[in-house]
Amino acid sequence: MNAEPLTAEVVIPLSPGVSRAKSAGPSTIGTPTIEKEARTEEALDLPWHVVVHNDPVNLMSYVTMVFQRVFGYPRDKAEKHMLEVHQKGRSILWSGMRERAELYVQQLHGYLLLATIEKVS
Amino acid sequence: MEIRRRKNQIEISDLDPFLAELLRQIPASTNTEGAPAAEQRIFSLPINDKETELCAEWKMYVEPELRRLFQTATQTVGADLEQLNGNEKSLANRTLRIPTKHAEAWLSALNQARLVIAAKNNFTELELSDHLRSPIGSRRDLSLFQVNFYGFLQEFILRELDC
Repeated sequence: MNAEPLTAEVVIPLSPGVSRAKSAGPSTIGTPTIEKEARTEEALDLPWHVVVHNDPVNLMSYVTMVFQRVFGYPRDKAEKHMLEVHQKGRSILWSGMRERAELYVQQLHGYLLLATIEKVS
Repeated sequence: MEIRRRKNQIEISDLDPFLAELLRQIPASTNTEGAPAAEQRIFSLPINDKETELCAEWKMYVEPELRRLFQTATQTVGADLEQLNGNEKSLANRTLRIPTKHAEAWLSALNQARLVIAAKNNFTELELSDHLRSPIGSRRDLSLFQVNFYGFLQEFILRELDC
């Protein structure tokens, strides 16, 4: 039997992004250390892309306006994505949790853009 | 035809009967009935890999909401277009006034109409970008003109919203 005192550390999460290390053995209590949790809740879920596809009918100025409105992008960023859609056939507008990605796609469909969600491979 | 911003209105004046008729056709042009390609384009799927669960939920919950959204916009435009009711003679040199608070509805209805017409006619990218196309000689040419005319109106409204 192993007579050595317990020294393993258990991590108890306090809130998203922060965890506290706590000693499990009575003789090894030290100063609690605060660690920054590198992974956020969003990152724990495999991210999804919001992709907008090229469409020869929608006007370039209209697409730019929609990107500004839906994602709150400044005009130059919205234009960059619009040109990417136009020239490359598609552009990834946003990446993150699935639920929010679906909501963005719904908004984009409301503006009649061709948009889909894609799981990051 | 002249188009200008006047206070809280967008004014399209000196409309000839032909352009007035094209404007009056906006609500009817958004109709996807009997045109599966247009229906597919307006209510496109949210995912490419045919994830059946998401597509089924989308059809059940999101699509009816979008349908209502598009219908409301078309109804607003239809109400504004009542200014153009009348016979061909009375349409000469008519003026259409669009309240700027209806600009969003107009953008949506014009976009719906352009997408539906383009899908019904299966226009290619080349055709859609050929602004020097010869005068109208066929139903297809007329439809292409309609798409471009509605696009011109959209551009103007967008510019006004930007101001």
